Amino acid sequence: MSLQRSDVEKIAHLARLAVSEADVEAYAGELSGILDLVAQMDGADVEGVTPMAHPLDMPQRLRPDEVREADQRALFQSIAPLTQDGLYLVPKVIE
Amino acid sequence: MDWEVVIGLEIHTQLATRSKIFSAASTTYGAAPNTQACAVDLGLPGVLPVLNGQAVRMAVRFGLAIDAEIARRSVFARKNYFYPDLPKGYQISQYELPVVGRGRVEIALDDGTTRTIGVTRAHLEEDAGKSLHEDFQGMTGIDLNRAGTPLLEIVSEPDMRSAREAVAYARKIHQIVRYIGISDGNMQEGSFRMDVNISIRHPGETRLGTRTELKNLNSFRFLERAVLYEVERQIDVVESGGAVVQETRLYDPDRDETRSMRSKEEANDYRYFPDPDLLPLVIDDDLIEAVRTELPELPDARRSRFQSEHGLSEYDAGVLTASRELADYFETVAEACGDAKLAANWVSGELAAALNKAGLDITASPVAAPDLGGLLKRILDNTISGKIAKQVFEAMWTGEGDADAVIEARGLKQITDTGAIEKIVDEVIAANPGQVEQYRGGKAKLFGFFVGQVMKATQGKANPQQVNALLKKKLG
Amino acid sequence: MHTMTIAEMARGLRDGAFSSVDLVRAFLDRIERYNDGLNAYITVDAEAALAQAEAADARLRAGDATPLTGIPIAHKDIFCTRGVRTSCGSRMLDNFVAPYDATVVSHLARAGVVMLGKTNMDEFAMGSSNETSFYGPVRNPWDTDRVPGGSSGGSAAAVAARLAAAATGTDTGGSIRQPAALCGITGLKPTYGRVSRWGMIAFASSLDQGGPMTRSAEDAALMLAAMAGFDERDSTCVDRPVPDYAASLHDDITGLRIGLPKEYFGEGLESGVADSVEAALDEYRKLGADLVEISLPNSHLAVPTYYVVAPAECSSNLARYDGVRFGHRCDDPKDLEDLYKRSRAEGFGAEVKRRVMIGTYVLSAGYYDAYYLKAQKIRHLISDDFRRAFEQVDVIMGPTTPSPAFRLGEKKDDPVTMYLSDIYTIAVNLAGLPALSLPVAPAEGLPVGLQIIGDYFGEARLLNVAHRLQQATDWHRAAPGGFE
Repeated sequence: MSLQRSDVEKIAHLARLAVSEADVEAYAGELSGILDLVAQMDGADVEGVTPMAHPLDMPQRLRPDEVREADQRALFQSIAPLTQDGLYLVPKVIE
Repeated sequence: MDWEVVIGLEIHTQLATRSKIFSAASTTYGAAPNTQACAVDLGLPGVLPVLNGQAVRMAVRFGLAIDAEIARRSVFARKNYFYPDLPKGYQISQYELPVVGRGRVEIALDDGTTRTIGVTRAHLEEDAGKSLHEDFQGMTGIDLNRAGTPLLEIVSEPDMRSAREAVAYARKIHQIVRYIGISDGNMQEGSFRMDVNISIRHPGETRLGTRTELKNLNSFRFLERAVLYEVERQIDVVESGGAVVQETRLYDPDRDETRSMRSKEEANDYRYFPDPDLLPLVIDDDLIEAVRTELPELPDARRSRFQSEHGLSEYDAGVLTASRELADYFETVAEACGDAKLAANWVSGELAAALNKAGLDITASPVAAPDLGGLLKRILDNTISGKIAKQVFEAMWTGEGDADAVIEARGLKQITDTGAIEKIVDEVIAANPGQVEQYRGGKAKLFGFFVGQVMKATQGKANPQQVNALLKKKLG
Repeated sequence: MHTMTIAEMARGLRDGAFSSVDLVRAFLDRIERYNDGLNAYITVDAEAALAQAEAADARLRAGDATPLTGIPIAHKDIFCTRGVRTSCGSRMLDNFVAPYDATVVSHLARAGVVMLGKTNMDEFAMGSSNETSFYGPVRNPWDTDRVPGGSSGGSAAAVAARLAAAATGTDTGGSIRQPAALCGITGLKPTYGRVSRWGMIAFASSLDQGGPMTRSAEDAALMLAAMAGFDERDSTCVDRPVPDYAASLHDDITGLRIGLPKEYFGEGLESGVADSVEAALDEYRKLGADLVEISLPNSHLAVPTYYVVAPAECSSNLARYDGVRFGHRCDDPKDLEDLYKRSRAEGFGAEVKRRVMIGTYVLSAGYYDAYYLKAQKIRHLISDDFRRAFEQVDVIMGPTTPSPAFRLGEKKDDPVTMYLSDIYTIAVNLAGLPALSLPVAPAEGLPVGLQIIGDYFGEARLLNVAHRLQQATDWHRAAPGGFE
C-alpha cells in the first residue's frame, strides 16, 4: 500500500495537522511503510469471526442521575490559553 | 407539472435528566458560561464517560410510546470532527446499533383522516456547547454548559408528503415527549430542534429525488414556512432545467427563504467507530417492564377514553388531551364535580379563555383543578346559577378564596325559598301594570322582561326555574 | 536505604530505624546526583515530597500505616497529578497543570506513598525507546548509550537506578514490560479493567492499563494491591474484589503447568536472550513446574493488528488537543483552521503525528472495513488463541523482548523496526490479559526479561510464580554499575 501526496494531504487535513510541503513526501513514505506492515493482516481468514471491540465481555454500567460536580470554572480556566468573561475564545467562527 | 413532495424529519430532543449523559454536571438551563462544564464535559486529558441510567430509561420510554423495538444491545460510537463547541473532537452518539429501532406514530390531518408515519430509529447522544458570535476581541466565545446534555435523536421515515404533514408529525412527537415526561420540549431554549430532509419527484416514481437538508428549525411555524419555500425552490430549479444539489441549507426566518451553507461545504468523513471508553448498552426485560409501568396513558389512548368514558366529542377530547397537564386538570375537575361534560365546557371555555388572556400555562392556573370542581358542584346542586358561577370564578381567579367562601362572602347563594321569590314576583307585577296589560294582550315576548326584573331585584340570585314557574302562574 | 525493597523499607519505617523523611531525602539526593545523566524524571518536587513524608511519619507514629506509607515512589507523567504539571512527554502538555488526580494517584496517596516526581516517557506513550519524549531521551542505567525501552522508560530507569523505590507505568502494547525487561526490573501489566484509567491520559482506550514497576514481585504485589480496585468514574473498570496479592506469594508451584508458545522462541529471537530465558525455565523445572510447548497460531498477526487498533483509537483520543481549553496553542492564529493545524503540528512530535495520521486513515470512509473492522476480527482470533491455551496451561512464558536494550538512535528513524521490538508483548494487550516481566540472567551485561502471561484476573498467580523464582535466584537483585 503506497500513499500518494494527495492522500497525506487529505489525512493531515482530517486530523487537523499542518504538514509542510517538504514533509509530505517523507510522511507518504513512512505511512506507506506502516501500511505495508499492517497489510500482513491480509492473510488472515476472518470469515464468520465477530469483531472484538473490547477485551471485556461486560455490559455498560449505568450511573444514577445525580448532580455531583460543583462549579470549577476558575480552576479549569486557569490552565486555558485564552478566556474572557468565562468563555473560551477562538478565532471568529464564520457560520 | 405534478410533483410529489417527500419529507423526512430528524428531531433532537433534550432529555429532562438532572445530570448530563456522561458526566455528573448539572443540565440546568441558563447558568453563567462554563460553570456547568465539568472536566468530562471539557474533554480534559484523562477523563472518561459513564452513562446516565435515567437517559437510557427515558429513551426506552419513548420507544415504548411509539411501539418501537427496543434494542437489547446497542453501542455508543464516536463521530469524529473538529469544531470549537465539540470539546473532545468527537461526539459520542449511536451509529450502527441505536437503542430504539423501528416504530410509528399516527397523525391526524385536517380532513379528519389519520396517517401513520414511520420512525426509523431513535438514538442517544450528547449535545455540543454553544458558540457565541458577539464580538470578544474580534473572536468567538465558547460556552460548554450545554456540552454533554443528553439528546434523543428521533429519525423518521421519508413518509410525509406536505408541509402540513411534517408539522403534524413534529407536533405529535413534541406532544409525546412532553406527555411521557422525557423532555420539556422548550423550543426557545433549544430543547426541541428539527432538521428536515426534502426532495421532490413525479407521482408514481419510487426512487427518491436528491434531497436537501434544512437544519436547526426551532418552531413549527418556521418548519412549515421553510418546507413551503424549499419545495417551491426545488420545483423552480428542476422546472427551469436545473438539478437539485444535495446540500445543507439554512432557513432564514427574517427573509423567509433558505440559503446554501456552501461555505462549510466539505466532504465530511466522520470516521465513526465504537467508543472504546464505553461498553455495550444491554437492556433486559426487567428494565423494559419497569419502564413500562412508569409510562403514562398516551395521548391517543386518552383521547379515545375521554370520548367513550366521559362522552366527550372528538373535538373536545382532542383539545383536552393536547398536553398531559391539561388532561390531568380536566380529569380532576370532572371527578370533583361528577359531571364530565360540564367540566369539559368550563376547562376548554371559561378557564382556557382566562389562561389565554393572562398568558398562563395550565400548570400556572390560579384556580386549582379541585377548586374549579368545587365551583361546578355548586352549579349542579343549585346553590348558584351558571351565570353567577362566572362571577364566582372571577373572584376565585383573583384569589378571593374557594367557591363556597366567595358565595358566602358575597352573598351569592341562590334564592330557592318559594315564598321569598313569590313576594318579589308580586312586587314586579304590581310595579309594571302597563307591561302586564300588553303581555296578557298577547305580547308573549314580554315574559323575558319580567324575568329580568325579578333577577335584577334579586341581584341574579333567584332560582331561574322557580322564577319562570311563578311568573307563568301569576301572569296567567 | 535505597537498596532495600519496599517490604524492607516498610519494616524499617515501622520499627523506627529511619523515618520517611530520611528515606525521601536519601532518594532526593540520588535524583539530584544521577538524574541529569539519565533524564528519568521530568518533574521533581522536593518540597511537596518532604511534606508528604512528614505526613506519612505522623501516620506511622499514629499506628495508622499501610505497607506503603512513607515509601517514596515516582509516577509516570501520564497520570494526572493535581497541581503538578502532567506533560505526557509532550510539548502539547508542557504547560498542563492537572486540575485533578488520577485514581491510581489518589489510591496510592491514600495508602500513604510519597511522590518524588513524574517520570519521563515516550510522547503520549507512543514509542518503545523513550526517544519520542519532548524532554529528550532517557538513558538506560546499565549502559547510558542504550535506550531504557518505552514508553515507561523513565519509570524503568528510575527504579533500576534506585532513584525511586517503585514507580507507576502504563502498558498499551508492552510499555511496562518492555522497559522493565530492558532495565532489569519487575513490571506488571494487569488485566484490562483491573486498574482504573480515570486521570490516566489515554493513548488507546481499549488497550491501556496502568501497573506497577518495581524491583521485585513482592513489591509489585504491594503496589498493585493499592492501585487496583473499582472506580465508578471508569466504565471499563471491573467491580471485583482485590485479592491479597502478598498473601499468596509463597504458594507452592509444584505441578504448575507452564506453556511455552513455539511462536515466541523462533526466528528473530537473539540467542543471548534465548539462553537467559532457558536458564530461568530450568529454575522453574527445579521448582517442580511442568513445561509444555503450546501454540498461539495467530501471534504473527498481533503487531499488524495493533498498528490498526491503537492508532485508530489514538487519532480520536488526541483530537481534544486543539489549543482551545488547555495545552499548547500556536501564536496569532489567523483563523480557526490555522489554530487547530498549527497548535497540533507544533504540540505533537513526529511519532504521534504518524500514528494520528495512520489512525485517521484506517477509520476513514472506504477503508474502515478493510482495516479497522478486520483488525477487530483478528483481535478475536488472537484472544481465542489464548483462551484455548489456558485450557491446557496455568501460565504462559517466553522472552519479553527479542533482544536486550538497543542503542540510542539505532531504530529511531525506522518506525516499523521499532514496532517489532514489541512483538511478544502486544498480543497480551489485544486480548486484555495480565502479564509480567521479571529480570533473568543478563546477556552480555544487559538485562533480559522473562514474560509470564496469566489468565484474566490471574495477577495473584503471576506474582506468586515470579516471586518463587526471585526466592530461588538473585537475578532481580543485580544493580547497574555506578548506581549501587
